[in-house]
Amino acid sequence: MILTRISQRFNELRAKNEPALIAYVTAGDPLPEMTVDIVNALIRGGADVIELGVPFSDPIADGPVIMRASERALAAGMTVEKVLGVAQQLRATTDVPIVLFTYLNPVMRYGFDKLAARAKQAGIDGFLLTDLSVEEAESFVAAVKAQDLDTVFLVAPTSTDRRLELVAKYCSGFVYVVSRTGVTGEQAQVSAGVKPLVEKLRRFTDLPLGVGFGIANADQAAEVGSVADGVVVGSAFVRAIETTPAAEVLDRIERMARDLKQGAVRGRG
Amino acid sequence: MLTVPDAQGHFGPYGGRYVPEVLMSPLEELEKAYLALKTDAAFQAELSDLLKNYAGRPTPLYFAKRLSEKLGGGKIYFKREDLLHTGAHKINNALGQALLARKMGKKRIIAETGAGQHGVASATACALLGLQCRVYMGEEDMRRQSPNVFRMRLCGAEVVGVTNGSRTLKDAISEAMRDWVTNVESTYYLLGSALGAHPYPLMVRDFHRCIGDEARAQLLEREGRLPDMALACVGGGSNAIGLFHAFINDPGVKLIGVEAGGKGKKTGEHAARFSGGAPGVLHGAYSYLLQDEDGQVALTHSISAGLDYALIGPEHAHLHDIGRAEYVDCDDATALEAAVELSTMEGLIPAMESSHAVAEAIRRAPATSKDQILLVNLSGRGDKDINIYRENLKELDSDSHQPAF
Repeated sequence: MILTRISQRFNELRAKNEPALIAYVTAGDPLPEMTVDIVNALIRGGADVIELGVPFSDPIADGPVIMRASERALAAGMTVEKVLGVAQQLRATTDVPIVLFTYLNPVMRYGFDKLAARAKQAGIDGFLLTDLSVEEAESFVAAVKAQDLDTVFLVAPTSTDRRLELVAKYCSGFVYVVSRTGVTGEQAQVSAGVKPLVEKLRRFTDLPLGVGFGIANADQAAEVGSVADGVVVGSAFVRAIETTPAAEVLDRIERMARDLKQGAVRGRG
Repeated sequence: MLTVPDAQGHFGPYGGRYVPEVLMSPLEELEKAYLALKTDAAFQAELSDLLKNYAGRPTPLYFAKRLSEKLGGGKIYFKREDLLHTGAHKINNALGQALLARKMGKKRIIAETGAGQHGVASATACALLGLQCRVYMGEEDMRRQSPNVFRMRLCGAEVVGVTNGSRTLKDAISEAMRDWVTNVESTYYLLGSALGAHPYPLMVRDFHRCIGDEARAQLLEREGRLPDMALACVGGGSNAIGLFHAFINDPGVKLIGVEAGGKGKKTGEHAARFSGGAPGVLHGAYSYLLQDEDGQVALTHSISAGLDYALIGPEHAHLHDIGRAEYVDCDDATALEAAVELSTMEGLIPAMESSHAVAEAIRRAPATSKDQILLVNLSGRGDKDINIYRENLKELDSDSHQPAF
């Protein structure tokens, strides 16, 4: 089996003893033509992996910040096809891994095999579908694997050992560790449950572990970076995109990414 | 003939469990608890007692003589779920699940509601069992069904208005799921239709099976035979699946589900999933879904809040595909006419949802012979819809109105 771009990136970072900054933005927010610049700003700031959100009309796992971003992106005419186009444009200038992050229905509608093939062509490296349970994932994982791409699954504080084992079996690229029960959104503190969950999960898998849900500042990134292989930040970037005047957005999120990456690295002492 | 769902909650290809990982273990726990209580004599006895002495089961089976004679065809029988406490079939499931929640040690109940009937039933069951209750309801539905909002509050429930999206049932379910994802340790999600991730479609069906089981026995006693057709309206499809189930292995009984045709299918403003949708995933289940070309869930419309939902319950998708049940739709105007007809001919004011099934029975009856039997589930009463009826039937709501006699 070939080494995917995601695995390669985590290997490089592991060699440097550096946690990855995994940055999420909703593609098409606030406008489809701004996403390439926004992602490039994140990369300049130090993002190691990009999660590109495909907006969905009924995002049940998302809090108000990403919900509003999805609404803006859909209102601006974002589609799966356009997200593929954004990825293709990005791939022309960067080798940073790109993961499509969305819900199952838009993917199902596009067609698993067709999307996996188009994604490969566009330079996308993997998928994360928040409402696709491992139990229902067989045909999707097969379609993605056939293109040598990764399917990232989530584990949660509620996951039993049996489920951790199951996720470890089907997951590739990295495992997304949900830091707390709840929807996406910034939190004042990193959940105390993160460390034990990460340690437990290591018994089941050698895959890199990225921790997300609620991480918004450098101190939190440091805390997570001390135990995990990656720090996922989403809502904080999306809120910055929402609240910053257009002329300053790119500088702002580049600075945020730099700050978060430095925080994560600091966590390794 | 049918052993659905399978152990993973699949009805043919439909149903299943499509939810964020946070909810997977809780759903496994719920399934385990439910399957244990399904065969637990003490639990079943407690539920039967409440259904009988609190909710009013068994409900009567009523022969609508004047309506049947006027239409000139077969005999129309109504299963009178409208006579149940809180005014609709929803109480069957609410009592069952609230008891289950208490057995699981959950003190906080959340629910979604469209027409408000499930919200009222949940608030009622929670008051009865001393459980905390929060109901999510789209703001558009709160406006349409304001009497039910107050009834929930009167029973001690908190009603939370949902302002996302179309502000209807779909958005209320999304918001309830977000609450559940966040408070899953302490909270029981009392889902009100045969929708969602496994085991909900199975559990909701089981709690409503009494509808069909009773009607079957009542008809056999009265007429010595089974109906030729059984009709029910289908939003998520809980009352329909409750009625249909007793007859699934009786091939002589046609099963007919009636979806909301809204303002007409050409307008795009409807909730006719079979003719207008395609298989997809929403709120945890795979089934027929109204969606656009890009897989975004479409906005729906129905005059009845309870049928105004983009996904049909997965067991209905299965019954549709194997040809065991037939699904049609009825538009707003035809449902209104049927409500007026039933009110004036029989003195039964149906819920707007049930009016859709009544309309289909009225449409089909003239083509049936006098010895045939049409069984219609009158799933709810129209009290909650009085404002909608008044808004849409202005000619009746004036002093110059011509009475029937």
